[in-house]
Amino acid sequence: MITTSGLTKVYRSRGREVTALDGVDLHVREGEVYGVIGQSGAGKSSLIRCVNLLERPTSGTVTVAGQDLTALAGRGPRAGRELRRARSRIGMVFQHFNLLSSRTVQDNVELPLEILGKSGKERSRKALELLDLVGLADKAKAHPAQLSGGQKQRVGIARALAGDPKVLLSDEATSALDPETTRSILQLLRDLNRQLGLTVLLITHEMDVVKSICDSAALMERGRIMESGTVSELLATPGSELAAALFPVGGEASGADRTVLDVTFHGEAATQPVISQLARTYNVDISILGAAIDTVGGLQVGRMRIELPGRYEDNVVPVGFLREQGLQIDVVGQEALLVKEGAK
Amino acid sequence: MTWSEMQPLLSQACSETLSMVLWSTLIAVVVGLPLGILLVLTDRGGLLQNVVANKVIGQIVNVGRSMPFIILMVALMTFTRWVTGTTIGTTAAIVPLAIGGIPFFARLVETAVREVDHGLVEAVQSMGGNTWTIVRKVLVPEALPSLIASTTTTVIALIGYSAMAGTVGGGGLGDLAVRYGYQRFETQLMWITVAILAVVISLIQFAGDFAARSLHSRGARSGPAPALRLLKAKEPAAADVSKVA
Repeated sequence: MITTSGLTKVYRSRGREVTALDGVDLHVREGEVYGVIGQSGAGKSSLIRCVNLLERPTSGTVTVAGQDLTALAGRGPRAGRELRRARSRIGMVFQHFNLLSSRTVQDNVELPLEILGKSGKERSRKALELLDLVGLADKAKAHPAQLSGGQKQRVGIARALAGDPKVLLSDEATSALDPETTRSILQLLRDLNRQLGLTVLLITHEMDVVKSICDSAALMERGRIMESGTVSELLATPGSELAAALFPVGGEASGADRTVLDVTFHGEAATQPVISQLARTYNVDISILGAAIDTVGGLQVGRMRIELPGRYEDNVVPVGFLREQGLQIDVVGQEALLVKEGAK
Repeated sequence: MTWSEMQPLLSQACSETLSMVLWSTLIAVVVGLPLGILLVLTDRGGLLQNVVANKVIGQIVNVGRSMPFIILMVALMTFTRWVTGTTIGTTAAIVPLAIGGIPFFARLVETAVREVDHGLVEAVQSMGGNTWTIVRKVLVPEALPSLIASTTTTVIALIGYSAMAGTVGGGGLGDLAVRYGYQRFETQLMWITVAILAVVISLIQFAGDFAARSLHSRGARSGPAPALRLLKAKEPAAADVSKVA
């Protein structure tokens, strides 16, 4: 639904060049919720603004719903008619809501319809319908200043949906909200994604957002995509930073000559008593350093950090046994630890 | 001088001041508003970025603003004659007043429009809005409380300028105060003029503040709008105007 290839954005100011995006290839499938996560300054914001060409990419292409937007852009900073029409089919919600304080809630939702040239009657019918959908039917005549943050974002979402978009871009939509409101807004986005088949591309710096609603995710650092894939793919990728961050298990080795393993199990493997089998078969003492079971992207996943006596070289056979049982084993070594600290 | 002698003088002066200020404000707003918006749009990073146009407009506005009004009035005489056919009288005074008011108002508009959150512009761009839509539906409505406050400031400044219109026979309250109060020692008439000016200015200020504030109460921010605060700082200047007059 959304494909970017070789997307590069370089900002030039007073002779200095800052590369915000460095060859980003992103592929968002139709009907999925795709999360791009990264720290501030990683280039997430530039990325999402390049998708509807609020920012012109320096090079590379953006295709949304089969239409190459970069080809529509034309020259010069102004957006031509074709690009503007394409934008009207892409909804966007913002961190700071960006509602017009001079208009009522209903008039804010009608704004995109005014731009599309719809009649007054049609506009108000559609706006009220959308306000009902986001649960704010009773606030139609209120001004944004009278609403709470969560309500404002609901208006923002209703407004973004006014043009019947197939794609919704969410620019840190929950970052200005408290945890509980964040949950309800994410739930709303999830519901809209399911009910309307809306494809959602969101950027965030909160791992919880990815964890609770994303089907796929990408990790961005210094303008590049470091990892990407569906959540289950990521969890099945040994040494995935994103998987480790999505689903952290703590615990440090108790001594130098110990082997620390992260055991990830989902599906069938979760039902087998593997740890006690391991202990009995190889007669080893296993300490559990940390463990958690959680739902990530709608999947039940368990992760456990265990410690075996002896160095890794002494434990090759037990590790092999665990892998045979269909478990994903990551050996937590010096290097892996360093990577994790970097991710934090 | 008795009241019956003063009364026709005063009422004529009032209507002259009113007509000068009204027409020049109207022209200043009609021309200054687009000019101020253009200053924002053509600026670096603006929607219609054009560095050359921005510099040219900015320079014209700067020169117009910093020119002492009495000199502007004399300098514009040829132009005034071309427009109105005369260089003396109330109508002739409207031309330099309007020309003086345009850059004054344009700068205030620029400040007011710049205050509009860029996120709102981005939001309308993301809906497929063009520059004209952004000006019409975002910049002007969102800056409206500040624009009203700017208009108030402009009206008051133009009342001050209009006191100098006596130099070209424009009449008005300022001229009355100078001719009778200063040249003929009719202190009483002068004080009445000063009082009328003070009351008029206060009323305009109050009405402007009220309009701006009632529009602004819809806004998310609390406290007076930036332009209102600006206006508050200008109030002593308004008081000076009445002293000069």
